[in-house]
Amino acid sequence: MISLRDIRVSYSGREILHGITFDVQRGETLVILGGSGSGKSTLLRTLVGLEKPSSGEVWIAGKNFSAISETERDEIRKKIGMSFQGGALFGSMTVGENVALPLREHTKLENSTIDIMVRLKLDQVGLSGYEQYMPSQLSGGMKKRAAVARALAMDPEILFFDEPSAGLDPIIAAGIDQLILDLKQAFRMTIIVVTHELASAFLIADRMVLINKGDVVAIATVKEMQNSTHPRVRQFMDRVPEPAVAQELDYLQMLTEQHPRQGAPSPGKSR
Amino acid sequence: MEFARKVGAAVINALSYLGSLARLAGRAAFAAFIGPFLGRPVRFKSAVAQAMEAGVRALPILSLITFFIGLILALQSAYELKRFGALNFVASAVAISMSRELGPLITAIVVIGRSGSAFAAEIGTMKVSEEIDALETMAIDPVHFLVTPKFIAMVLMLPCLTIWANSMGILGGSLFGVLQADFTWIRYIHASLEALFLRDIVTGLIKSFMFGVTITAVGCLEGLSTGGGAEQVGRSTTRAVVVSIFLVILVDLVFTTLFFFLGAH
Repeated sequence: MISLRDIRVSYSGREILHGITFDVQRGETLVILGGSGSGKSTLLRTLVGLEKPSSGEVWIAGKNFSAISETERDEIRKKIGMSFQGGALFGSMTVGENVALPLREHTKLENSTIDIMVRLKLDQVGLSGYEQYMPSQLSGGMKKRAAVARALAMDPEILFFDEPSAGLDPIIAAGIDQLILDLKQAFRMTIIVVTHELASAFLIADRMVLINKGDVVAIATVKEMQNSTHPRVRQFMDRVPEPAVAQELDYLQMLTEQHPRQGAPSPGKSR
Repeated sequence: MEFARKVGAAVINALSYLGSLARLAGRAAFAAFIGPFLGRPVRFKSAVAQAMEAGVRALPILSLITFFIGLILALQSAYELKRFGALNFVASAVAISMSRELGPLITAIVVIGRSGSAFAAEIGTMKVSEEIDALETMAIDPVHFLVTPKFIAMVLMLPCLTIWANSMGILGGSLFGVLQADFTWIRYIHASLEALFLRDIVTGLIKSFMFGVTITAVGCLEGLSTGGGAEQVGRSTTRAVVVSIFLVILVDLVFTTLFFFLGAH
């Protein structure tokens, strides 16, 4: 369904992703795990075409996403849904209009049909009756649900989630996890979730990809991941902090490396 | 050498900025005027809402400002004209300088303050909250969706506002004419209309059309190029206002020069 081949992405000369390769099967739920700054969000943005890879290929539904025309890309985009971290609902439109937007833009359905579909989608995410609310009147969890409803509007084949449980309390976050599980069971969609929440990842994932500093550390099923002996995987699974800098000399060097000419130690620090 | 390099870099930056503006305005114009024939209808309701906001709601403040400007013009020109005993030329002085220059310019500056800044803030906030990204992942072109309605509203409303501003300026001048220069209202308006040629009004309107394009392009481009974070939205808004004012004056200069040489023969 989705295939990444040696994806590299750079921001203003700095490479964020150093050659990422993996495949996503049709109908599976893949969780991309990684710490802050690991490049997992950049990876997701590259997958949906918001970021252009400096080299490598993204294949979605049999097409090389970075080598096709804008029109063809739009055709693929109509088959994917994306739920953004903060929801990204349009603040000037009601929840109902937000969900209806892709239908109005891309289909020639009657208004009454669109209304029914909007109600259906909102019902699927547990927000029936909220059509007339403005996004600013919704809580964080409801915004995310509304965003999922909008992502579902075009009946996508692939659904992307960016940090679905970030900034939510555990109960609401569990509700979002359950929503993802329901979608998975009901529609057999291909779902890709970027998160750093371990509990939620273990609950929803079929397979997991662990990203660290722009490299894939491990690709494995949930069980394999739990039993992995790879040091980086263990560190992430067991929530071990980064080891403190071992050598005092290294520490000194780190502090002074921006001023290489002022190498002479100050008299106060020598013992 | 270092200096020359810096100047060169600044010139290249400025030119590439102008290029981006032209590209954005071109895309918006394409979507506005050619898109509908290719089966991509314009978001008419949104354009009307923008026209309402940028045009109709600007009327009270624009009327007040241009009324005062007209009055000021009358006072300033009377100061000089009185010495030649030609106070009856106040009407034509006000009418011509309003329609050729100050009407379009003051209108543009009021619209920059009200709408140019609002475009940058609105689109910048949408950029920061990933709404622009959301549009793209839904295969909706942000330029077509956001910029085109604003573009249509502005190129229609700015000339309309300018005509209104011209009349309010002449009305402001007439206050002085009636109170201090022995005009009656009717005679003042007559004298103003006598003094105006159609080309005075048309050149003003052509300029105001170009101002509309400039203000929309700058406001939307600044919004779309907002980086991450709320303070970036503030910076974009400020830049939109400053750059718009500068470019409007530049466009004004270019077109006034053009009209001067075209009108010379």
